[in-house]
Amino acid sequence: MKKLINDVEQIVDEMLNGMTAAHPNELRRLEDTTVLVRKDAPVQGKVGIVSGGGSGHEPAHAGFVGPGMLDAAVAGEVFTSPTPDQVFEAIKAVDGGKGVLLIIKNYTGDVMNFEMAGEMAEAEGINVKQVVVNDDVAVEDSSFTSGRRGIAGTVLVHKIAGAKAAEGASLEEVQQTAEGVIKNVKSMGMSLHPCTVPASGKPGFTLAENEMEIGTGIHGEPGVERTELKPAKEVAQILFDKIQEDMQLQKGEEIAVLINGLGSTPLMELYVMNHSVAKILQQHELQVEETIVGEWMTSLEMAGASLTILKLDEERKKLLHAPADTVAFKR
Amino acid sequence: MKITVKEIEAWLEAFREEITAHKEELSDLDQAIGDGDHGINMARGVKEMHNLLETKSFQVPGEILKAVSMVFIGKIGGAAGPLYGSAFMKMAAEAGTKEALSAEEFLGVLRAGKSAIVQRGKAETGEKTMVDVWLPLLKKFEGKQEIDWDDWENSAEELKNNTKEMHAKKGRAAYLGARSVGHIDPGATSSYYLFKALADTLREGS
Repeated sequence: MKKLINDVEQIVDEMLNGMTAAHPNELRRLEDTTVLVRKDAPVQGKVGIVSGGGSGHEPAHAGFVGPGMLDAAVAGEVFTSPTPDQVFEAIKAVDGGKGVLLIIKNYTGDVMNFEMAGEMAEAEGINVKQVVVNDDVAVEDSSFTSGRRGIAGTVLVHKIAGAKAAEGASLEEVQQTAEGVIKNVKSMGMSLHPCTVPASGKPGFTLAENEMEIGTGIHGEPGVERTELKPAKEVAQILFDKIQEDMQLQKGEEIAVLINGLGSTPLMELYVMNHSVAKILQQHELQVEETIVGEWMTSLEMAGASLTILKLDEERKKLLHAPADTVAFKR
Repeated sequence: MKITVKEIEAWLEAFREEITAHKEELSDLDQAIGDGDHGINMARGVKEMHNLLETKSFQVPGEILKAVSMVFIGKIGGAAGPLYGSAFMKMAAEAGTKEALSAEEFLGVLRAGKSAIVQRGKAETGEKTMVDVWLPLLKKFEGKQEIDWDDWENSAEELKNNTKEMHAKKGRAAYLGARSVGHIDPGATSSYYLFKALADTLREGS
């Protein structure tokens, strides 16, 4: 394992300190926690929005803390959900009297830990609602399983729910808007190279030089299918087809596109990917309102990318374009 | 047989030894079908639990179970934290303020823990999770006045091994679908160590 670190046990702590040192006017760390909040939290009269999850997905989630997006991000150990006590501290710190919305990615651990924190906050009289993002079409959706995972589409939920909260909407309204995004956002990823969790020291899976994995999650979980390496246009087609199978997008529909790098894929390749994606979308006569290319929800040093498509309506379009001023995402 | 703070402490300390010794095994099992952090997370939790047991003294089993539940909830993270944490919290409530528990009462305490896991994780048997050890094991010994600890340990081990052929429906392994078949579940394995530690403790003590 070759990583630029000091001590495996201190990675998350040192990363959070490094972030607040870099952005002292935007971010504040709650003492003795792994929570980063907006410098001016709590914002009175605004619904607070808390998200978070395991570390290793940077800039998610703390990179999206700021006006127009999140009020707090809770960082767990690498690829491990944060604990309820930490999430509870975040909820308390951002409650401006209008309640707090938890944006959770659909993983068993995250859902349980955030739910427990929500129960603790409710017991203290804070109004808490939650939404669970499950945009990954790579895995089957079934009421008999844990359901689909939350991946890069989560960032669009942060953006749009954050903008809704900034307008002064009620907790129920922000939750409803977030649910609307979740119903209309789908993603699918692939990887060329696995990642290594620092504490384990070994890659999550192995891929031969001429192989790629389709449907990989953002934690180094194995994907759903392993194939020989294909050109970007074929990869784009595979990802789009799987998303389209689920979304059934019609000619002329307005969409937003997010191309997400998983950590060690250069921006050059992400733009090549978008070139191929754009061609496919054009063939389907879809109206692309906005394309966002970059690293938003990474998986340590994994190589690969994911494609996210969000179906827009007037409200989602307006909120997507609304101002946001966070470390990693500005509008 | 009476179970007091002394037996609970010995049990938890034996559990820590099992987890520490099998940290790699648990992570390797998790790597095969999950995200590979189960051993790391459990080892962090039992290390914190050890520190707690070293520094604090307890009067009744309920008190120690409650304190350990808070450590598990706050230190393990992932799915295992809330599951083991919720289990120990309900076990503490069931044990109440009794100073000594009979075998039958203690089985009742463990069943309360099982209910908490089922409720928090929303899993049933056959879904390749820790429930596949907890539920059938406690059902088998329900109502027993005396427990044959060799039978207990062997049963727990067999139940853990049975998860190998199961098709995961809950937890992160569920995303693998049929590819999860052929691997023993890491949560079922750490639960096996919890019950093995119990057998080792009470067998020696008797």
